[in-house]
Amino acid sequence: MKAFSRHRGLVAPMDRANVDTDMIIPKQFLKSIKRSGFGPNLFDEVRYRDEGQPGQDCSNRPINPDFPLNFPRFKGASVLLARKNFGCGSSREHAPWAIEDYGFNAVIAPSYADIFYNNCFKNGLLPVILTEEQVDILFKEMDAQEGYQLAVDLPAQTVTSDSGHVFHFELDEFRKDCLLNGLDEIGLTLQDSDAIRLYEAERAAQHPWVFGAIK
Amino acid sequence: MAGRTLYDKLWDSHLVKQNSDGSSLIYIDRHVLHEVTSPQAFEGLRLADRQPWRLDTNIATPDHNISTDKAEREAGVAGMVDEVSRIQVQTLDDNCDLYGIKEFKINEMGQGIVHVMGPELGVTMPGMTVVCGDSHTATHGALACLAHGIGTSEVEHVLATQCLVSKKMKNMRVTVNGIVGIGVTPKDVVLAVIGKIGTAGGNEHAIEFAGSVFRDMSIEGRMTVCNMAIEAGARVGMVAVDQKTIDYCEGRMFVPKGDLWNQAVDYWQTLTTDENAVFDTEVELRGDDIAPQVTWGTSPEMVAPVTEFVPMPDEQPTDEKRQGLERALDYMGLEGGQAITSIKIDRVFIGSCTNSRLDDMRAAAAVAKGRQVASSVKQVLVVPGSQMVKAQAEAEGLDKIFIAAGMDWREPGCSMCLAMNADKLGAGEHCASTSNRNFEGRQGNGGRTHLMSPAMAAAAAVAGHIVDVRTFKEVV
Repeated sequence: MKAFSRHRGLVAPMDRANVDTDMIIPKQFLKSIKRSGFGPNLFDEVRYRDEGQPGQDCSNRPINPDFPLNFPRFKGASVLLARKNFGCGSSREHAPWAIEDYGFNAVIAPSYADIFYNNCFKNGLLPVILTEEQVDILFKEMDAQEGYQLAVDLPAQTVTSDSGHVFHFELDEFRKDCLLNGLDEIGLTLQDSDAIRLYEAERAAQHPWVFGAIK
Repeated sequence: MAGRTLYDKLWDSHLVKQNSDGSSLIYIDRHVLHEVTSPQAFEGLRLADRQPWRLDTNIATPDHNISTDKAEREAGVAGMVDEVSRIQVQTLDDNCDLYGIKEFKINEMGQGIVHVMGPELGVTMPGMTVVCGDSHTATHGALACLAHGIGTSEVEHVLATQCLVSKKMKNMRVTVNGIVGIGVTPKDVVLAVIGKIGTAGGNEHAIEFAGSVFRDMSIEGRMTVCNMAIEAGARVGMVAVDQKTIDYCEGRMFVPKGDLWNQAVDYWQTLTTDENAVFDTEVELRGDDIAPQVTWGTSPEMVAPVTEFVPMPDEQPTDEKRQGLERALDYMGLEGGQAITSIKIDRVFIGSCTNSRLDDMRAAAAVAKGRQVASSVKQVLVVPGSQMVKAQAEAEGLDKIFIAAGMDWREPGCSMCLAMNADKLGAGEHCASTSNRNFEGRQGNGGRTHLMSPAMAAAAAVAGHIVDVRTFKEVV
């Protein structure tokens, strides 16, 4: 798995609450059997003026000039600044795949939907949780300053702006460890194979109907 | 000692290992797979040279992508018109064949929307952990399961290890007591809950639905409620075991018989919340206060009783709320203050993992019987949730009622709930839909979704606009 430690980069906004996974990556792109290539279709319905199709060359499509990611000043952004309940809706991991494939390394928001939050960590994408007030401050600074950058430090669990704000964020120790070290979670779980087999044996004795029915 | 909630009991009984960093290894009893979120997981297994941990826990079926058109369906996977979709369904078939995973293929009896198929075949039973790469997996919680959606990396994790690394959620209880009125359905109850707590209200929580309204509900109704827990932000929704749960399970394909059945029932009867258990969050509604609900906006929390009006932006308490409302009304083509019943309908969709079971088909047919779809309505899709629902509905003659009313009776699948196949809205079209999400573009680029119950959707099809189904005399 891709690791994340520290990142400093240009900040781009997604300034609305409850951004859902249909908005992040519309359903027609879920037909792909690959994990990559979703970046050109990130936020497809609000980013372009036409209806996108899978496999299409997006370079000549009509863009929505009012959508911030299309502004020249946000070209090359790698930190996405967002509002509360970001990533609500479906479980599609295509959402973090698209965000990561576009070039973002971190998302900063006051809160996330549970499944989306969990999916980010599997893909080297750090979802940072700050308070609504802190996110407001960052939005105001970004609006006021072209080329606005933020530094995200996972070991220290901080977001730092050039103006001197240092905001601490919380996350689970396990998730932090996996992301910092790019650990293979399946490999880690398989180290507990004996414990899993022991559980199965006890369970099969107690609840035998759970086993063997589907074939 | 404090008692345990149903969620606590389900969690405790599946705990393989508690890690020192606060995470836990949780055992998974049932893993349901479909074509959209599994191909990359199987690919990951192959790249790491791993095998599935256990086969008799997995069950697969295609549902998201497939056509609901009879002629195209009869041509099977090879006849799928959309080449990209065809490859995805073929990939599911190939992966299941390769690893020996039980799959109900595209036209086989048993195939259906994953969350209709699982319970009706007895794949899911009380007390199990159930996961699927689909956020509406909470549906299975209606049978007192710990069921939730997962991403594709976790699909691979479950295939390879039969476990998930998880963190225990908080306990929330949503209690609805009283008696709901005539014409008020499980869909209306859950939409009212979402309207009250909001789309993020259940974040980080597992919700137990409790109280007389859920006790009085059929198991299929409880599935509709648990299905939409995710629309209230909760990955998990569930209802405790009662006699209805046990009666529902009895005799289904994968459910045990004889002594094993008796042993299972003894255990299932313990799957209730202890009286002295404490919840982190409690929410209460009165069943008697709930009217048929309709969403007017672009989030399931943007919902109102059918008797009311679209809210006014000027009356919002904060700038953020006002701006969100203005954006939603602009997308939906609605004005603040207009009556919900003044919203005209272009298309109707009756189906989805929320509302495509036999109860739902019957409720829609009761309204459609002897009536005609309004001439202004372009299309009414009635999409049964599974081959079994389709067969049962046809045995009762419901298909003939729909067809006589001018509606399309289709083949089972997810269809216009997420519009991955040809069933979709055109830009600007309003849809009366029994599905679960009214996000921008969800049912087609530029489409405008109004969520409601099957009876309300059928009534809208007949009237040509949103209408209170309680004004139809057949509603009982």
